[in-house]
Amino acid sequence: MSANDVLVDFDEVVASYDPALGLEVHVELSTATKMFCGCPTTFGGEPNTQVCPTCLGLPGAMPVVNGKAVEAAIRIGLALNCEIAEWCRFARKNYFYPDMPKNFQTSQYDEPIAFEGYLDVDVDGETFRVDIERAHMEEDTGKSTHVGGATGRIHGAEYSLVDYNRAGIPLIEIVTKPIVGAGEKAPAVARAYVAQLRDLIVALGVSDARMDQGSIRADVNLSLAPKGSGVLGTRTETKNVNSLRSVERAVRFEMSRHAGVLNAGEKVFQETRHFHEADGTTSSGRAKSDAEDYRYFPEPDLVPVAPSREWVEELRATLPENPAQKRARLQAEWGYSDLEMRDTVGAGALELVEATVAAGAAPQAARKWWLSEMARRANDAGVELSSVGVSPAQVAEVQRLVDAKTINDKLARQVFDGLVAGEGTPEEIVAARGLAVVSDDGALSAAVDKAIADNPDVAEKIRGGKVAAAGALIGAVMKEMRGQADAGRVRELIIEKLS
Amino acid sequence: MPETARAEISREEVAHLADLARIDLDDAELDHLAPQLAVILESVAAIRGVAGDDVPPTSHPIPLTNVFREDVVRPGLSAEEALSGAPAAEEQRFSVPRILGEEQ
Repeated sequence: MSANDVLVDFDEVVASYDPALGLEVHVELSTATKMFCGCPTTFGGEPNTQVCPTCLGLPGAMPVVNGKAVEAAIRIGLALNCEIAEWCRFARKNYFYPDMPKNFQTSQYDEPIAFEGYLDVDVDGETFRVDIERAHMEEDTGKSTHVGGATGRIHGAEYSLVDYNRAGIPLIEIVTKPIVGAGEKAPAVARAYVAQLRDLIVALGVSDARMDQGSIRADVNLSLAPKGSGVLGTRTETKNVNSLRSVERAVRFEMSRHAGVLNAGEKVFQETRHFHEADGTTSSGRAKSDAEDYRYFPEPDLVPVAPSREWVEELRATLPENPAQKRARLQAEWGYSDLEMRDTVGAGALELVEATVAAGAAPQAARKWWLSEMARRANDAGVELSSVGVSPAQVAEVQRLVDAKTINDKLARQVFDGLVAGEGTPEEIVAARGLAVVSDDGALSAAVDKAIADNPDVAEKIRGGKVAAAGALIGAVMKEMRGQADAGRVRELIIEKLS
Repeated sequence: MPETARAEISREEVAHLADLARIDLDDAELDHLAPQLAVILESVAAIRGVAGDDVPPTSHPIPLTNVFREDVVRPGLSAEEALSGAPAAEEQRFSVPRILGEEQ
């Protein structure tokens, strides 16, 4: 964001303009080796230890395509209802940047392996069809660290250090057609599309699909046109938006900023923008002009890919259940209301709840933990739900302890603290932290007697038949027991003693 | 080159290509090279004239498709070997001059 940016209130934006979205999502495949060489793809290795002459672009090195990556590309294409090319080639995308040691990226240009598909996206109970233009194969770049300069970013850097471990890891880039007609729901549609695409990728098992580790990265294109004009305005492309929340915020921010520019009678400058997680704003990147001239040409070192129709049909048979049908099935199995299901999907918790239920928890309990306690923790830590440090199996285990009345919900939160801190299994944490509720009726009974004696007025009301007043006494007992009591049992004891 | 390759190439186009390829050409070199490139393009255009509509452009002379590799890790280079040809290295990474322009 620059000081000159005028932001228009979101409601005013959608009253005057129609937004058009376009999303480019890069999915890093979880193959064992890179796209064109046998180097490992493991995340987090020591710098430049997963490299060879091919991915370093050394003279004479020859690439060979990873068959598993082609298979993954076709399966992604099929899951997105795409046509699969009968014959397609790789192409060289030429540009000079040290994160590509070859001075070109091996990609696909006008012959993508998959094209013309769609993904039906659920937004607030309404289905929105996002048309897919293409999905193509390419390779990831190396990782640069900028040295010198105040912020570690490019500006002001004195020199850069490059690690090529990531260079050559297979990527599938999925590009939508312009998404129009979303109006005020544009930010939500963008988020839901990326979320559902991620779910699909997870279901296909072709990527770790970890946005926080960059294995799914989104570029968000946005333009505004005067309401009802039916034209497409000048777009900006916000690069590397790396969480679902950020996708939504980037769209919202750019809509407000574009409207400010257009309201002032100026033209939107076609450029790439950087997204800033801290405040949800974007700032100017590079202008789209000469830099776009990549001089693509067919890659002479790789032969064309011509998937036989038999192979494509074999791969089609391996596709997982369609996520929309799966949602309908799970909702019926779990007995969730429409709202409960929508919230679960919207929070990106469907797979986590499913795994928790599979591990033995009741569907309602599983939903409760992921959408309240875990969602709060994820939000506080600024991470995805799947990265809060508690697994579905552990949530199910904690719920088992709650069901057995070993602990209550409040104590369960402390067990989750212990799990995040790596203190062992839920049972070990309950033992080590002394969290088990007191089931010894003697101690409970004494606490109840004390609460009754301390609150004679309340006790009198209950004796008089106002059972609802028991809440005040339960609170006093829980306080006395430092939370380590089963509220249901406390209530029983109070009613027993006062009836 | 796309279909639109012409038998002529302007001095401006050569300058633009040189710029994209990061080749520093002065005026004299541009004057010298532009006509030479035009001759090459004319020769290619002559070949195009010979090929009928039934001859598709060919990127690969041998009709091979689907040459795939098993997804099995193969030993590569050590970091030391990888960096052995680098003009400068630091923290086990390739050191490169300050980058002008923007991240891709």
